Amino acid sequence: MTGIWQRIRGRNASELTCIELVELVTDYLEDGLSDRERLRFEDHVRGCEACTNYLDQIRETIAVVGRIEPDDLSDEARAELLAAFRGWVRD
Amino acid sequence: MDELEDTYAPPPGQAEVVAALRAGDERVFEALVAELGPSMLRIARMYVSSRAVAEEVVQEAWLGVLSGIGRFEGRSSLKTWIFRILTNRAKTRGEREGRSLPFSSLEAGDAGDDEPAVDADRFHGSGRYEGHWTSAPSRWSELPENRLVGKETIGVAQDAIAALPEMQRTVITMRDIDGFDSEEVRNVLGLSESNQRVLLHRARAKVRRALETYLEGDRS
Repeated sequence: MTGIWQRIRGRNASELTCIELVELVTDYLEDGLSDRERLRFEDHVRGCEACTNYLDQIRETIAVVGRIEPDDLSDEARAELLAAFRGWVRD
Repeated sequence: MDELEDTYAPPPGQAEVVAALRAGDERVFEALVAELGPSMLRIARMYVSSRAVAEEVVQEAWLGVLSGIGRFEGRSSLKTWIFRILTNRAKTRGEREGRSLPFSSLEAGDAGDDEPAVDADRFHGSGRYEGHWTSAPSRWSELPENRLVGKETIGVAQDAIAALPEMQRTVITMRDIDGFDSEEVRNVLGLSESNQRVLLHRARAKVRRALETYLEGDRS
């Protein structure tokens, strides 16, 4: 067991605050944190319902964006490309 | 072509796609155009003045692909190679139009270094809870059924993306709509790993904020 003072000191030295955590979310999801940073991140999230919700919201945001239909070339452009391809095959 | 490619192993199936193209397989060509066309269009759009010109650039790029495919050696991914052709054409066209390159806007604040992911007033500014949430984000999973997957919600995300600075918009679209991985995005756009991540971070944070406002109404 660590003493209370040691725990408080440890807290001050290494515990993330919520305002810091939200800026690390993308690094975390992109696997861009060092092992130590990742542990700090996960420790905080485990103990913080608000940040757990925030991380979930970012994941849900990614899922919503993933449902947007991509923009696409016009039918004319596609038809022209196919014609160009056929011409290229012939030559 | 560049130093990245020394240890490069092509994705499975790539050799078959290249062989089919060379052999004139129309279905493979059409499938490739369908897969890559949307992102090519978007990237071309960053360099030139209009959608119509971007579409021409995409067509030119495909012609370049066809004339070069016989010499393609598979030392980079086909996708990367195609996008390199595309960005070269788009740059040439943009220069002829007298446009500045999109990367100049990156320095002009697109990376938004000072822009917080969440408004500072959502956190305690001082005292015992300094840096902690004043009002916690809610659990979207508890929203009425189908709220998150509704057409209107998707429309809100779409509008939020349309309002983003150009590079943020391009990065989030390529990553989260078109399904490119971060390395592909970096190669195509010529971004460093950290720049790519910052752009994605800002973009996702803003879309989340727009969704929060829409889903939860005015919080105050």
